[in-house]
Amino acid sequence: MFELSFTARTVLAGATLLGIVGGALGSFALLRRQSLLGDALAHAALPGVCLGYFLTGSKSPLPLFLGALAAGIVGSLTILAIVRYTRLKEDTAIGIVLSVFFGVGIVLLTHIQKLPSGNQSGLDKFLFGQAATLMPRDVNAMAVLGGVVLVLVLLFFKELRVLAFDPDFGASLGFPMRRLEVFLTTLLVTVVVVGLQTVGVVLIVATLITPAAAARQWTERLGVMVLLSAAIGGFSGAAGAVISAGWARLPTGPVIVLVASAILLVSLLFAPQRGLLWAWLRERAVARRIRRENLLKDLYRWGEQAGDRWQEPVSPPLVMGFRGQTRNQLAGVARRLDRQGLVHWDDAGIRLTGEGLERARSIVRKHRLWELYLTRRLDLREDHVHRDAEAMEHALSDANADRLDALLGYPEADPHGRVIPRPATTSPRVA
Amino acid sequence: MSPSLTIILVGSCVAAACALVGTFLVLRQMALLGDAISHAVLPGIVIAFLMTGERAPLPMVLGAGALGVLTVFLVEAFHRTRRLKEDASIGVVFPALFSLGVVLITKYAGQVDLDLDCVLYGEIAYAPLDLLFFQEQSIGPKALWVNGAVLLANLLFVSLLYKELKLTTFDTGLAAALGFSPIVLHYVLMSMVSVTVVGAFESVGAILVVAMLVVPPATAYLLTDRLLVMLAGAVGCGVLSSVFGYWLAYWLDASIAGAMATVSGILFAIAFVASPRYGLLARLVRQRQLGRDMAEQLLLLHLQSGGTPQSVEQLAQRFSWRRQRLEAVIARVGNRGWVQRTNGSVAITPLGERAVEERGVAPLRHQEATA
Repeated sequence: MFELSFTARTVLAGATLLGIVGGALGSFALLRRQSLLGDALAHAALPGVCLGYFLTGSKSPLPLFLGALAAGIVGSLTILAIVRYTRLKEDTAIGIVLSVFFGVGIVLLTHIQKLPSGNQSGLDKFLFGQAATLMPRDVNAMAVLGGVVLVLVLLFFKELRVLAFDPDFGASLGFPMRRLEVFLTTLLVTVVVVGLQTVGVVLIVATLITPAAAARQWTERLGVMVLLSAAIGGFSGAAGAVISAGWARLPTGPVIVLVASAILLVSLLFAPQRGLLWAWLRERAVARRIRRENLLKDLYRWGEQAGDRWQEPVSPPLVMGFRGQTRNQLAGVARRLDRQGLVHWDDAGIRLTGEGLERARSIVRKHRLWELYLTRRLDLREDHVHRDAEAMEHALSDANADRLDALLGYPEADPHGRVIPRPATTSPRVA
Repeated sequence: MSPSLTIILVGSCVAAACALVGTFLVLRQMALLGDAISHAVLPGIVIAFLMTGERAPLPMVLGAGALGVLTVFLVEAFHRTRRLKEDASIGVVFPALFSLGVVLITKYAGQVDLDLDCVLYGEIAYAPLDLLFFQEQSIGPKALWVNGAVLLANLLFVSLLYKELKLTTFDTGLAAALGFSPIVLHYVLMSMVSVTVVGAFESVGAILVVAMLVVPPATAYLLTDRLLVMLAGAVGCGVLSSVFGYWLAYWLDASIAGAMATVSGILFAIAFVASPRYGLLARLVRQRQLGRDMAEQLLLLHLQSGGTPQSVEQLAQRFSWRRQRLEAVIARVGNRGWVQRTNGSVAITPLGERAVEERGVAPLRHQEATA
């Protein structure tokens, strides 16, 4: 680890704090599908900050905070009003508030900067955030505000949970849902204000949403998600601060966002259960099993056509022709089956082993039972049932196949008149 | 050409070009995708800068266009995994790309002649100074050429694909059934948005582009139900915003782009309140009208079922209306000849009875109002 300067330590404290608070609160915004409300609130806060400065002439946190809070609340009410009283949808309403409030903010900002008194006001650091300008006094203010937010989240956890998942249910229980919505918005605005100086207007949305989206991948429980999101946010903040201190010229805010985005990417890919990699592997395993089962079935049916000579070797080019497979595709499937001892592949060709024949019978039986079920019980025409059975033969469990067999009265033949095979291991006939 | 005129012309080109594609963003409920694209093109611009080493328009358009399409693709890819909702996937994609752009700018600050503040709110004030040269001869401000070209491209795009855009916007299913590919058109539209955003980027910046994309079309949408009129209205609102925005900025000595967004917001507010059909006032008037119709109907029904004339006092008690309101209702119904007022009592006339029985009172008035 490098030795961090005093400034760098201040930045580190501020960024970590912001990450924790933003991450915790972002979970609720994410679950309420209001990810972009945070973005709108951040942009809407700008004119408030400028007005706060304009009216009091001071850059101390309190007037700026009150200004941002007021503007943020006016902004969110405007969004609600536009959605409620016009036929414009929420996305347009958010876009309008975000850009127009920001435009007004820019007008005020540039106006202030050209006033004789406001020349060095430094308000423009709110646009991109300049973590390097954080003073211990700023971090203290952030700590107080952030602490209040966290305590409130803890105190009203139950209410916020209802708000996040089922506001109508909450209303039926007698919770004041509208007031809770305003409450959550106020908390969000507070986080926005805490973050303005560190990451700036544009990127605040990422400190709210990205950690929450990452945390969501790892858990199904809200409490865990909030904690994890706060941890991811805090880590991103700390890592961003350290990295930007290490490579002096990189700005802190964007680095924090990039760290959080990387964590999100890892979470999307590798989180247990929801991870895309595992889902892809599962899908691939199923697809491979289906290909193996199809080969067993094809060999069985070839043998059946040849006069029930199921274990005769079949030449690979012929097998490739069954499903239009390439040599490599067939080789992949057949080699695996060979290793499992279900087929035997030598110079003579590919043939079913005894065990392989049993498995093939089980699959063909499922296929033909299902065809029969569809024609007999669901009155489907017999030329309409094959495709459905193609899928079902891989999905039906052995136990359910037995039940189906019993239900149909242990039939001899399928709707096309072909014999329904039964492996020797099938449960003995009851009748 | 005077500097003011140049700025106003550049602003108008930007506004008109944005309004044309923005109309479809608003109608397709993809306003925030426009927002995301306007931020996410930044790394594309920076990379084009780094590769060509100059502010050449064409590589910048290509770089930003590629990033714009990448943004749309990423947002949809994340959304399609069903691990993220659509709002969240927009909310995580564009900050990441924007951050990448800012980091690249800072890292190669020596080579990239791009000011960070300008990225956010543009430098349209410098438009008259940045001239384009052809064979060592100045042929006018570069921003005007670039944005004029973008406007022309958007005009061509909308007029050539008008039918297809209209169909895919209002009835995706039918469009697909008729053989127009909504997906291809979606990506073409998003590419046009990206190109428009790049053109506008240097003039009005990443965020105010959103104002130009979303606000004028939203304003026009409150004024008309016809697509062609909406397109024209959006362009009109955009141009008005740029003209009055310039004046406002001049008056306040403030950012021109910010003032343009402010004016567009004011225009929207006016439409929000005063639009003849969809405005707040029209809504209030309609509600009042409904309330009056209701009161008249209640009064007539009461008089009809009561049979005998009733005194105004009795009626006031029955409905617990303020006296003033009751008098107004009686006067209005009386004017139509539906009730007869003698001394202190009110009775329904045969004409009134027929009005109640045949058609009901409120629907009658309603038909008049909507006819």
